[in-house]
Amino acid sequence: MTYCNNLSANIEPLIVEELIQDFREALESLDQIKAKVLFQQALRGHSPIEIVEQVVVPALEQIGQHWNEGSIALSQIYMSGRFCEELVEQVLPSSDPDRKHQPRQAIVVLNDYHMLGKRIIYSVMRASGFELFNYGRMDVNELVERVITDKLRILLISVLMMPSALKIRELRNALDARGVQLKILVGGAPFQFDPQLWREVGADAMGLSAADAVTIVQHWAGEMT
Amino acid sequence: MNSMQRVLTTLSHKEPDRVPLFLLTALQGAKELGLSIEDYFSRADYVVEGQMRLLKKYRSDCLYPFFYVPIEMEAWGGEVIYQSDCPPNAGPPIIHRPEDIDHLQPPRVTDAPCLTRVLDTIRQLKAKVGDSVPIIAVATSPFSLPVIQMGFDRYIELIYEQPERLARLMQANEEFCVEWSNAQLAAGATAICYFDPVSSCTVVPRELYLKTGQQVAKRTLARINGPIATHLASGRGLPIVDDIAATGSAAMGVSALEDLAALKASAQGKITLLGNLNGVEMRRWTAEQAEMEVKRAIAQAGRGGGFILSDNHGEIPWQVPDEVLLAIGDAVERWGRYPLDWIE
Repeated sequence: MTYCNNLSANIEPLIVEELIQDFREALESLDQIKAKVLFQQALRGHSPIEIVEQVVVPALEQIGQHWNEGSIALSQIYMSGRFCEELVEQVLPSSDPDRKHQPRQAIVVLNDYHMLGKRIIYSVMRASGFELFNYGRMDVNELVERVITDKLRILLISVLMMPSALKIRELRNALDARGVQLKILVGGAPFQFDPQLWREVGADAMGLSAADAVTIVQHWAGEMT
Repeated sequence: MNSMQRVLTTLSHKEPDRVPLFLLTALQGAKELGLSIEDYFSRADYVVEGQMRLLKKYRSDCLYPFFYVPIEMEAWGGEVIYQSDCPPNAGPPIIHRPEDIDHLQPPRVTDAPCLTRVLDTIRQLKAKVGDSVPIIAVATSPFSLPVIQMGFDRYIELIYEQPERLARLMQANEEFCVEWSNAQLAAGATAICYFDPVSSCTVVPRELYLKTGQQVAKRTLARINGPIATHLASGRGLPIVDDIAATGSAAMGVSALEDLAALKASAQGKITLLGNLNGVEMRRWTAEQAEMEVKRAIAQAGRGGGFILSDNHGEIPWQVPDEVLLAIGDAVERWGRYPLDWIE
């Protein structure tokens, strides 16, 4: 189906719904060619940030919903997020003024060496138009210094192992001791198994999916500006 | 019945005297001996003493000579990072680029002191308990080991984008897994717990599992000289119960995120379920909550045998209080006696 002729400056809701669904299905089935064609068709007559906000973000939200329901797997989430990030990067590079550079934020893997969750969130955040520092893996002390140096307002922390989740409490205590005000968003397997864990470790919010991360950061960004 | 009889009965999908309990405690042995985790795992006799004390204390129906997940990586040349209050962690990956797979050679079990220490532990435990208590050894699936060999993200890319290199990696890992599993069985292990979280529906869709993880499991399990329990280590498995049974697994470790009654309905008479107490939440349970969770699990899956009560991950966290673990044992004694007439 060709969408470009149907899209107006204010994209019609029904057409957009269909486009989001087709784009989401292409991503979930890892059909890169179809996803690319749909994305390029949608771009005709529209700015990249419009398509990101009205098509890419809702499609990723639906994928996140399917992940929460257990109907798609981590491997599909990862590959679709990575591909989406590449598509968006081509039309909305890091230097583009439409990218959301504020509030200053970063993503990190705390303590363990499992990078998959961080890669997924980083890809989806960037595919949604956000710019954020990618800290890779860090321990608590190193992370405190980087948070202060980079004047962060928001920190996204991904963990796979439960002991790593408990390290977030150490981080929060260390930040409090230095008087650092910082919103901490956490995600990863331990938080899915214990819905109270994020409060216990001193986080400000928990996301079950990458789409949750986008929604929460958007909300915080609105509060901070 | 002794523990071995109890477990064998439930594995044959019949009701034993009570629901068997596999309280999979590993690190807790260090607490019992007053040692650091690193010191504890440095000597086989420490782990033997720890396991025997834990067996008596918690009334579990198995011994669990599992050291820590990255022990296999240690044999492959990887780094193990010890911390004071959690399982040893795997260091950076040993496969830096996909091309490294082309020259990858599996280590020999007998050349790896960390693995021979496990074998020595199993031999000593076997000498102590004979055939009265099952000794459950652990081997990581060839399909799941690459998560720590090369990193989770790059491994998923390999699965989708480089099937030939994936096949080469599976070949090396299968050789190692078979040798490691059979060495543990020869030392006296009763069964192998085949950790395979990547095969779960949480990580890969079923259609991909059938082409990858299941094929690897069929080839590998056929060459292991003993019974196998496939453990999905918290991953979801309801849609692949039949597929896992088809690999030759006698039991399957299942997730706390899934409905145990639905799993039992699917597994009935085909494969024994192992689970599904929530190890993460267990840290803050009271004794009463522990009893309630044990009752729930037994009510959902106990009838007709084919069920072993356990946690859902394959290892009880260090932070779980003693009173909770003791309460689990008490609750199994109270609510796990067959026939389970109290279930409506």
